[in-house]
Formats: sequence, C-alpha cells, structure tokens
Amino acid sequence: MILRRAFLFGFVVALALLPLLPVSEFWITQANYIGLYSLVVIGLVLLTGVAGLISFGQSAFVGIGAYTTAYLSIKFGVSPWLTLLAGLAITTVAALVLGWVTLRMSGHYLALATIAWCLALYYLLGNLEPLGKFDGLTGVPSLQLFGFSLDNRRIFYYLVWFLVIAAALMASHLLDSRMGRALRAVRSGTVMAEAMGVNTFRLKVIAFVLAALLASVSGWLYAYFQSTVNPSPFGLSMGIEYLFMAVIGGAGYVWGALAGAGVMPVLHDQLQTWMPRLLGVTGNYEIVVFGVVLVLVLRYARDGLWATVETRLPRVRRRPDWANAGLLAERARPAHGEVVLDAQGLRKTFGGLVAVNDVDLQVRAGEILGLIGPNGAGKSTTFNLLTGVLAVTSGEITLLGESIRGMRSREIARRGVARTFQHVKMLADMTVLENVALGAHLRGTAGTIRGLLRLDRAEERRLFREAESQLRRIGIADLMHEQAGNLSMGTQRLMEIARALCADPTLLLLDEPAAGLRHQEKQALAGVLRQLRSEGLSILLVEHDMDLVMDVTDRIVVMEFGTKLTEGTPAEVQANPAVRTAYLGN
Amino acid sequence: MDFSIASILLLDGSSNGAIYALLALAIVLIFAVTRVIFVPQGEFAAYGALTLAMLQAGHVPGTVYLLALLALAVAVLDAAEALRQRRGAGRAAVAFFKPLLWPAPIVLLSLWAAPHHLPLMLQSLLALAIVTPLGPLLYRVAFQKLADASVLVLLIVAVGVHFVMTGLGLAFFGAEGFRNPSFWDTSFTADGVLLSGQAIIIFMVSIALMLGLWLFFERTLRGKALRATAVSRLGARLMGISTVDAGRLSFALAAFIGALAGLLIAPTATMAYDSGFLIGLKGFVAAIFGGLASYPGAALGALFVGLLESFGSFWASAFKEVIVFTAILPVLLWLSLKHGSDEGDE
Repeated sequence: MILRRAFLFGFVVALALLPLLPVSEFWITQANYIGLYSLVVIGLVLLTGVAGLISFGQSAFVGIGAYTTAYLSIKFGVSPWLTLLAGLAITTVAALVLGWVTLRMSGHYLALATIAWCLALYYLLGNLEPLGKFDGLTGVPSLQLFGFSLDNRRIFYYLVWFLVIAAALMASHLLDSRMGRALRAVRSGTVMAEAMGVNTFRLKVIAFVLAALLASVSGWLYAYFQSTVNPSPFGLSMGIEYLFMAVIGGAGYVWGALAGAGVMPVLHDQLQTWMPRLLGVTGNYEIVVFGVVLVLVLRYARDGLWATVETRLPRVRRRPDWANAGLLAERARPAHGEVVLDAQGLRKTFGGLVAVNDVDLQVRAGEILGLIGPNGAGKSTTFNLLTGVLAVTSGEITLLGESIRGMRSREIARRGVARTFQHVKMLADMTVLENVALGAHLRGTAGTIRGLLRLDRAEERRLFREAESQLRRIGIADLMHEQAGNLSMGTQRLMEIARALCADPTLLLLDEPAAGLRHQEKQALAGVLRQLRSEGLSILLVEHDMDLVMDVTDRIVVMEFGTKLTEGTPAEVQANPAVRTAYLGN
Repeated sequence: MDFSIASILLLDGSSNGAIYALLALAIVLIFAVTRVIFVPQGEFAAYGALTLAMLQAGHVPGTVYLLALLALAVAVLDAAEALRQRRGAGRAAVAFFKPLLWPAPIVLLSLWAAPHHLPLMLQSLLALAIVTPLGPLLYRVAFQKLADASVLVLLIVAVGVHFVMTGLGLAFFGAEGFRNPSFWDTSFTADGVLLSGQAIIIFMVSIALMLGLWLFFERTLRGKALRATAVSRLGARLMGISTVDAGRLSFALAAFIGALAGLLIAPTATMAYDSGFLIGLKGFVAAIFGGLASYPGAALGALFVGLLESFGSFWASAFKEVIVFTAILPVLLWLSLKHGSDEGDE
C-alpha cells in the first residue's frame, strides 16, 4: 500500500515537474496528446476491461465533444463551461440511445453498432455545411477559465493532466465500490449478477455512458488545444486505435490506460521513422505492425503491459476499518411455520421435452426442505424456475403470499430469495471478502456518482462488516483477503453460501453446497444450516450427499424424470421402495 | 422522380445489394462456424479485384508473395507443433509440407502467368485461386489457437487482422485505385432503362453462388458438418467433426466469396487498397438484419442496404453513408425487442 502510494506520488510529482524542465515543446505537445488519449482510454477500461463490452466508436464521442465546443465557441462565443456541458449533454443522449438499443443483447451488437455509429458520424460531420464539411472548423479561441488564459501549452498541460489523474482516481474509486463490484460481475455473464439483485442492463448502459462522457471531455480539451477541428481524428481508425491502447496497456487496469496511451504516440513516431527505412517506401505501414502486435498481445499477454507491473507490485490488502461500522437493516422474519414459498403445478418444457412436470412444493419458515433425485431429474431446472432464471411454462409460484411468477431474478432476489449455484459463479480476481460483499448489493444504496466521488465509505464499511460476519459464521473468515480464484472448490462453495447469506434472505436455495467438501467441513456446514433454521430461515437444499440430506432436512421432495415421486420426512423417504428403485434401479 | 430514374436506381441498388449479399453470407458463415466477427471480409474483395488488376497490368500481384509467406509460416508453425508433441521427424515433415501443397503450384503458376497477359477469364480464375487459400491460412495464423476465446477477444483479433490486411494492401497495390475491364461489355435498353452486361453477370453469379451454397449445406457431408459445428461446437466434436477443419473450410469459402465479390464489383466501381473495408461493413449491416444468424435474412438485408444506398444517393448524395450506417439502429432495436435479454454466460 505504502509502495503504491509512493509510486503514485512520485508519478504525480514527475508529471508536475515536466513542464518546468527545459524539455522541448515537442515533448510537451506529445504529453498533452497522451493525456487526451488517456482520458478516452480510462473510459474504455471501465467499459472493456471491467464490464467486458467493446466500443470502436469512442473517437466519435471525442468528436462530439470537440465539434460542439468548436461550433459554439466560434459561432456564438460561448464560454468553455457551457461548451463542456453542451458536449456532455449531446454525448449522453447519443450514448443512451446506442446503449439502450444494443445492450440487452450480447456484447458484440454494441461493438458493431459503435462501428456503424462512428462511420455515420464521420460522414455526417464531413458533409454538414455549417460544420465546414471535411475541412472542419478553424479558429477556436483559446481556453479561458476563471479569468486565466490557458494559451500556453505548458499551462494547458496542467489542466489536461489534472483531469487525467482525477479521472483515473475516480475510476479506481468506482471499481472499489458497490457499483464497481456489480460492474465487474457483469463481465462473466448476467445470471449471477442478476441473482445478486443487480440490474445488469442498466449497469452496462451506465458504463457505456461514463466511457462516452470521458471521451467527450477529451474532445472538449482537444478543440481548445488544436484550435481547429476536422472529421479525420474522429473516424473509425482512431476509434480502433483507442481500443488498441486499452488492450496494449492492459484493459483490466485503470493505470494500464495511461501506459497504453503513453506507448501509442511513441510507437507511432518510431514506426513512422523506421518502417519506410526498412521497406524503402513511404506510406502508412505502421498499421501492419499495430495489427500484428494486437494479435500477438491477445494471444500471449492478454492482460497487457500493466499486468507485468501489477504482478511486481505488492498486493494491496484491504485495511479492516469496519469493526465499528453500523449494522445493516434486516428484513422482518415470517412467523415460524408460515408458508414462505409455495409452488403449485410447476411445469417447464423445452420444445417437446418436459423438464419439470407439474411439481408442487412448499417451504415453511424455519424449515429445511431437501430436493433430491437422480441426475437429470429436473432439480436444477426447478431451482432456476423458482429464482426466475428460467420462465415457467405453467404453474404458480408465490413467495409469502405474493406471486413471483414471471418476475426477473433480480426482482425475486429483492423479495428475499438468495441462492448458490451448482457450478460456482464468482469473480476469481476479487478477494473473498469482496465477492461476499456483492451478495449485500441490495442492502446498499450508494450509486455510481457516490462511488466515483468516494462518498460511499460509511456504507461500504457496513457492507464489509456484514460480509465479514457472514464469512465468520461459515467459518472461512481467515481467508477473506485471499483471491477467490485461489480457493479450493469446496471453499468456493462455502463462499457462495456466505454471499447468499449477505443478502439477508428469507429463503435460501442451496444447489449442492456439500460437493467437494471434506467430512469435517460437511459437519460444520450441517451445523451452520441448523443454526440458520433456528434463526427462522427457510432453506431449500439440492444435494447428492444423502448423509447430509437425511441429517439436516425436515422434509424431502424426491424428483425423477421431472416428476415429483414422493414427499415426506427423511425416514419416510428412506423407507419408500419407489425411491430406492429410482436410485438403484430394479 | 419518374419511372425511368426509379428503375435505374432500383437496378443499381439491387446489383450493389447482390454484392453486399455475398459478403453478408460469408460473414454469417464465419460467425456461425467460428464465432469470429470477421471485420476484414471486405478486404478479400479488394484483394481479389486488385490482384486481377495487377495481372491485367502484367505484374506479379503482391498477394502471391503473401500467399507464399503465409503458407511457409503455417508450414513452420505446424511442423514446430508436431515436433513439440514429439510425433517424430516423419510426421513433422508431413506437417511441414501439407500447408504448401495447394499454395505452391498456385504461386509458381502466378509467377509464370503474370507477364503472359492471359485472357481475362483465366486471370480471374487465377486471382480467385490466389486469394481463396489466404482465408484458411489467416485462420490458422490468427484464430485457430484462440478458438475458445470470447467473441469479443476474437473480434479484436479480427480488427488486428484488418489492420494488417489493409497495410499490406497498400504495400502490394499502392494508393491509387483501379477499375477492371467489364466481363461482358454489352448493354440492353428497354423503355429507356439501361441494363449493362456486367449487372446481368453480377445477378447471375450471385444467384448461382447462393444456390451452390444452399446445395453445399443441404446435400454434402462437409456442408452438413459445417452446419453442425455452427449449432454446437462441442456436439460436432463429439460426432467426430473437426472444428479446426470446419473453421478452415469456412474461411476458405469466405475468402472465395469475398474475392468473387471483388471481381464482380471492380468493373463498375473503382477499387483501391482500402475500398474493401467500407464494402465489407455494408455487408455487416446486411448481416445484422439477419441477426448474424440467418442467411436469407442477411441476403434480404443486403438488398435493402443496396436500395437504401442508391435511393439515398439520389435524394441526399452526400449523406448516403450516413443513411446506410444509421439504418442499423432501428434494426438493432427490433432485434433487441424481439429477443429481449438473450445473453447467457460467456
């Protein structure tokens, strides 16, 4: 932590000193460009590296910022503050439209839409009479802020880099916040994030708009810096270059954005000098090298340049500052014995295949219901129907008397249903504590802006306190600073239970929680389940470990071929000959 | 607008649409089989057209050297892999020579044929023969090892390949544009509407190719294997279908279709090293009409894009590209509302 702080401090000092040193104007200009690129690439890190979405059209957002600024300041003499706001407003509208139209579908539609959008805007700018067609607009007045003129490139430099550092810090803050964790969860697919109550569509749109806004700010600066705009720097090839910088620098790291943006102009320069010498002809040949480098990086070093720096820096261990944090509000518990979940005539067909055939089941408060059956009996499908991952074909599901049929999984999660997954779904590169805190997503309220500005610390402490106490309850609190990907399979399952408990559920659905656990761990798990039951929680348990099932459940539903075979106490089920046949055959 | 202008625009738009349809079909094919969103599909068209232009001028086209180099690179890669897996020197030698089997005679033939000013038809066939093997070789070099990467990683790699192909195009063909001679230099007039022989050829060849593809997918084992791979890579593999072979085959088909589209369009439009990209992107817009999955949808989308472009250039010529590329927004909206949230886990 100290080393990292020292690095950042040293970097900022070096940045601040650069214009004071007798470096040539060329390098100052170069540094200004790197700053302008960095702003765009930081946005791409949030979008691509964190949320796993790709945009080739960031240059178009830069163009919107630049053209708005140039047009308003040349034609109407509008102040820089207003040109900035106007650029941001137009950018927001454009990004919202693009995001809203594409982000419900798989990620490549956004990528393709941004290509089309970038081309369309390029030709639009190049053909509009008031915007000077392909010649663009010239004579943007110099930037005046608070009565200061930022005419001088060395002074302009400070503004650019102030904004870059501010953007980088805000992006880092966002990643270490409630919304940031949710955003990272979006990357690996939406099922888990939605089960934690995250509105993944909205979050993707937010990430896209944020990235677009950063690009727009870069465009605002660009217009004043160049004092002239024309369509070519906002075309598709520049959009691709921004993405290139993000990938080379390391799309997963905020500071990788600066690395990528810093390498690019230098690489450009060197290649433009060397390629013609090697080939003996002049031309735009550096793109061949860019292409090859891009393919090689993705093949051999997918995490980019910054990953090599990151592995050399010591891992930051989160300082536990939440010991005295307040407690999160808890939901009212239903009275013991009240029906919590009631599914009647639950049916799911895939084409002609009936996966779940008119199954009835009820879970009462303070009860553990086991759901067992041979492989392929439809247990996991039932789970997915109850949690809204799959839509039911027919039947009714009520939770505490309210119908939850047809609700999305995040709406069901909001009503107090938490679950684990048969195949663990977690964020391998986050710590155990952070993974578990994701479970408490719905118990926090801090949004994107509070996250960016770090106004969410009090709430974060409450979330982490909750996460730690759930880890303690499950018995793996000593692992909380470990990266989740390093845990054993069984421990990862325990972590998922802690994450589910973090949601303060009324009903807990566990999908094979004991798989991969050692005997003692299973006994400890049984203890935890009993304790949860005594606290009034209802649990639906899918499990193959019959010792555990017979040990902890109050009642058991047996399924076979999608149909409910029988239901009863563990003793009744064990004595049932039909169950024996289902498991062992005739 | 009177009838004759409308019919000219209609004719013009649908002949361009036929070209976009070819590219869109290739894009859908590659995406279905390999999950690669092949951005540089249009580059094959430029390569095809300009390779022919070079042969016309009596030069050896740079694509020939590219073919030789890529084939050698793949030969070395395959041999190295065979050695790494300790399969013995004999196997390694086979692995080395196999990728050279097709390209070597084509390269030698081109070197011989270039100064001989062969008839246009033969040169066109030669251009197709030069560009088609580039597809599977590119697949081997850039995509094969990434077969399990996410769609988005593959997309970025495709962009990298686009960079390389455009840059090489500039090196091979220079910055100036070429217009190839027409394959059928005749025209028919009916009611004041001019139908050029070239347009007829475009329609005939496109329809023949679509029919051929349909027969290939419906009637041949390899075609069915491709379709199976598109449905499920794992399932195909379990049935003994090599997904690597399927990938190579789809890239070969795409390169062939791309080069053919380039040959068809070059007599009616000036082609330069970077013309392919825009044409290919219009193919993409068309492919998106079919949700990147439906061949008839993509073909109809291509027709629509062609018509939109020709009528757009009549009403607002400066904004025809803007109109074409903005047209995908309503399409995406429609797809989005139709499918809702169809995104599962990657």
